[in-house]
Amino acid sequence: MPPFCAGDCMINRVITDGRVNKEIQACAVFGVMDRSGRRFGGKMIVEAMKNMKVRGNGLGGGFAVYGIYPDYKDCYAIHLMFEKEEAKQRVDQFLDMNFDIIHDEEIPTNEEANVSDPPMFWRYFVKPQKKGKDKKLSDDDYVVDKVMKINTCIDNAYVFSSGKDMGVFKGVGFPEEIAEFFMLEELYKGYIWTAHSRFPTNTPGWWGGAHPFCILDWTVVHNGEISSYGTNRRFLEMYGYYCTLYTDTEVIAYAVDLLMRKQKLPIEVVAKIFAPPMWDQIDRMEEKKRKFYTTLRMVYAPLLINGPFTVIIAHHGEMIGLTDRIRLRPITAGEKGDMLFVSSEEAAIRAVCNPDRVWTPKGGEPIVGRLKEVIS
Amino acid sequence: MKSHLLPEFRVERDYSRCDNCKVCIKQCPFDVHYYDEESGKILSRDELCSGCQRCVVYCHKNALRIIPYKAYRPNEYWKEEHIRDIKKQAETGGIILTSCGSSREAKVYWDHILLNASQVTNPSIDPLREPMELRTFLGRKPDCLELEFNGDDVEIKTELYPNLMIETPILFAGMSYGAISYNAFKSLAMAAKKFGTLFNTGEGGMPKDMREEFKDCAIVQCASGRFGVDPEYFNYSAAIEIKIGQGAKPGIGGHLPGEKVTATISSTRMIPEGTDAISPAPHHDIYSIEDLSMLIYALKEVTNYEKPVCVKIAAVHNVAAIASGMVRAGADIIAIDGFRGGTGATPKIMREHVGIPVELALAAVDQRLREEGIRNKCSIIVGGGIRCAADVVKAIALGADAVYIGTAALIALGCTMCQRCHTGKCAWGICTQDPKLSQRLNPKVGAERAYNLLRAWSLEIKDVLGGMGINAIESLRGNRDHLRGVGLEDWELRVLGIKGAGE
Amino acid sequence: MLRDPFMEGVRKLEEIAKKVRFEDNTAKIDAKGLTHKELNDLIRMCAEKGAEKIILKNVCGQRYIGTRLFLPKKVEIEIFGIPGNDLGMFLDGHRIVVHGNAQDGVGNTMNEGEIVVEGRAGDVVAMSMRGGRIFIRDDVGYRTAIHMKEYKDKVPVLVVGGTSQDFLGEYMAGGVVLLLGLNRNRHLANYIGTGMHGGVIYIRGKVEKYQLGKEVGIVDMEEKDYKRVESLVKDYLTYFKPKFDLDEIMGERFTKLVPVSKRPYGRIYAY
Repeated sequence: MPPFCAGDCMINRVITDGRVNKEIQACAVFGVMDRSGRRFGGKMIVEAMKNMKVRGNGLGGGFAVYGIYPDYKDCYAIHLMFEKEEAKQRVDQFLDMNFDIIHDEEIPTNEEANVSDPPMFWRYFVKPQKKGKDKKLSDDDYVVDKVMKINTCIDNAYVFSSGKDMGVFKGVGFPEEIAEFFMLEELYKGYIWTAHSRFPTNTPGWWGGAHPFCILDWTVVHNGEISSYGTNRRFLEMYGYYCTLYTDTEVIAYAVDLLMRKQKLPIEVVAKIFAPPMWDQIDRMEEKKRKFYTTLRMVYAPLLINGPFTVIIAHHGEMIGLTDRIRLRPITAGEKGDMLFVSSEEAAIRAVCNPDRVWTPKGGEPIVGRLKEVIS
Repeated sequence: MKSHLLPEFRVERDYSRCDNCKVCIKQCPFDVHYYDEESGKILSRDELCSGCQRCVVYCHKNALRIIPYKAYRPNEYWKEEHIRDIKKQAETGGIILTSCGSSREAKVYWDHILLNASQVTNPSIDPLREPMELRTFLGRKPDCLELEFNGDDVEIKTELYPNLMIETPILFAGMSYGAISYNAFKSLAMAAKKFGTLFNTGEGGMPKDMREEFKDCAIVQCASGRFGVDPEYFNYSAAIEIKIGQGAKPGIGGHLPGEKVTATISSTRMIPEGTDAISPAPHHDIYSIEDLSMLIYALKEVTNYEKPVCVKIAAVHNVAAIASGMVRAGADIIAIDGFRGGTGATPKIMREHVGIPVELALAAVDQRLREEGIRNKCSIIVGGGIRCAADVVKAIALGADAVYIGTAALIALGCTMCQRCHTGKCAWGICTQDPKLSQRLNPKVGAERAYNLLRAWSLEIKDVLGGMGINAIESLRGNRDHLRGVGLEDWELRVLGIKGAGE
Repeated sequence: MLRDPFMEGVRKLEEIAKKVRFEDNTAKIDAKGLTHKELNDLIRMCAEKGAEKIILKNVCGQRYIGTRLFLPKKVEIEIFGIPGNDLGMFLDGHRIVVHGNAQDGVGNTMNEGEIVVEGRAGDVVAMSMRGGRIFIRDDVGYRTAIHMKEYKDKVPVLVVGGTSQDFLGEYMAGGVVLLLGLNRNRHLANYIGTGMHGGVIYIRGKVEKYQLGKEVGIVDMEEKDYKRVESLVKDYLTYFKPKFDLDEIMGERFTKLVPVSKRPYGRIYAY
């Protein structure tokens, strides 16, 4: 028996899961970036998240960190969680068939941490080994394809991070407990950290359900509930994205992947797709601008993200904060030297630094942090 | 524009009985009846009739009959109602407004559930002679009690959450002073106080003159309009209810039209006379579940953690997940209002098409909270079309702690479900602010009727409990073994968590 | 399993009492490391013990400061640091001064008293406010003064030194909002006064017609309006001592917005 089932199983899974309800949740988000590329530890973001403890309920916390694996920075760092031992055997076999595994190890964890029922965590540093028709795919698309295979076809195994020189760490607990469990303060240094504290209204109690959500090196943390979820999801399905987790965040992550990575649109435009100006504002614009926004809304109508949201999107070199167009969820940005902060509450920024300035852009206006120079 | 609308009722007057006493003219707030000098007879304008039956009840000669009137060729698809509504909208260009709960055809799950009784294997209990207990506590319960023994003395070390004690699992649902008249409002308050249960102020505040007398039997609402809301209002209460939504119009706000904002309503709501009292659709400080938590704790803060906080929502598609979130956000009581729930005014499209039956919602919520191990962290109150004691018993067996009755309470006061509350001309003095109409309801008499209803239903509940061999209401709560379904499909039985009859 | 982050780790009053220092009628509380509830426990304790002034140091995100003070005696609270959401929610006659910024929900459903913020504030400032005064030195966020309302002599007042974001005065049913627009050449908010049906908004500086909601109209400033504005500006100057003087502020054009109708939505229904 092959270690994974045939390609069409993904679709079967989607159909059978068609009745599963989407999760409804809300939370706290925080992101910090050193735009000079200097890497720093996790203490700051953990303290910031502790300050916003009441925005979560202990059913999920997680972090994304960029620049943590300099020794393997040309490899895709695949983070996996296994709920059963045999799942690992199947994944090992699968990865071995499709990748060069440069290095693999158990992700170090702290047994003393206050978390319940953690699965087993493992990371693999891999390079694609494309065969047959897969040779036509870019490395990134190949990795996405294989990650989707694992997530939809191998039971009890779940890839929750798959980018280069970055990693996601997440689970069931308050963020500080997850940080303690993965020893983030002690073991890792990165130049972007984003974090999420969950307040789900249901509790699958599943470690994979926590945020950030990750596809390659793109991560999303998100606060709010998207009323357009069904529309967005069914549109993305046409492009081969299947939402297996039934979270709003997953939809945003796929939309970001489609628009930014594949269609190469800049965040400034993507922000206007997710959170477009109102028609009465567009109607008042000068002709060229009006035509641009009209076309954008017409073409990308299915990707308007309706309902309350604040997201922090990150990938190498960039961190972005964005809210919905009528700002139904909070966001505050802060700056101190090269450090850029994005947070649900100003207090969380002030809990960890004394910023040079803080501000709150209008709904739908992104806060963008970019590396001053590309780090080699 | 000539109106194409046809009357909905026909007024039939038996002139052999009519003695021209003109009581019908005086009683009708819609100006249906009038005296025609020329013929010396009382005639009627049928098109104005709401079918409220006030004139029929007060006609001392029994000369009147008010009969529903269907005019158009019967059509199972283009129903009379569709045709009438289209004509009305073609003439006004407006949203069709209505009131009371949904009257559409849709399965009534209560009617597909049957109750159990003891036979042979265990005895039924005779409620006439033996104690039958309906006392119910509403609020958050701790997981366990920590006790300290000192010889014979025992101390409870666990800090308890505030709970409400009621003598029957029936409460009066939130109906604001403004939506209903002062006399109707006070009737319910008096009945609740006398019976040992609670009434709910709705979102229109609490009249100052009632605060001291009724503070222990009032659930005071904090809704999106924040009318009449100040720290004193919250502290003169038994509990606080955050109203997120109601079954008759989930997801939208509402407004009390300026002409109903009279001097006393204005002072209770603390807004100027004659201004619209607009309740926004959402609470503008709640756009997310963690914001709900923020308001819950704000209310606990302002009341020094002395009152339970209830959160009321309309039964909608994801009700179970939402309810779980509410409990996790700190709600001590959750209230779920089904799509049959009534209102003083709602767009018809909301009343008839939004929301789900409360029976299914309740079953799903109770089950979900149990699966998550947090059912004891809150009490559940359901409302929205509870019509009789049997509905109460079934609701409790499905998992409710208590029920809210709104429509049933108003029917007890005189309402005939004519669905004209939104006109403000209630002939029975209930949903009106016209002093001439509201004085028709004497609060003492109203209180007696409402009290009698509570008494009658409580007696019936005891009867049914006795039949099941249960003598305390808590043994019925969530006891779905005592329910069986008839005429239900598999998915419906699964959602309700009950077996089919004979299984 | 249910975890309640609000109540988790809340210590008993005895354990945190050392955070308070009493001098005459002034209590000083070091808020560092205190949870939301703990800080409010201490504030209430101080107020009950007769403190007239309560100074809070190292505040960082603690919510509901001033809420749990439904007490006959009124106090003044001075805050150093950044108070959390719902500062002064349901405030009942007390005075709060913040030496710094504030977050969302300042003066939410406030009843009486005064809140002064020497900085900026977040969204829904003065929501459903029904009495008292709020002064914000700099800018405010979305939905400021939403559904503010008045009754007889209880007329809430909000003064903002900078500008606001969208939906200022939405659903406003009473009260006075003054937007000074200092350090700005124009206001950027859209949908100002949508659904407004009571009260008045004064805006200093440029605001275009399209920025207003359908339910408000621009009317001329009268003598009594200038008087009212001037008196508020004087208080603003006293509280914040900005680099502007009275004449400079009053010299600019003011726009007065009032509702077109007390019943904005009466005509959309078919009875």
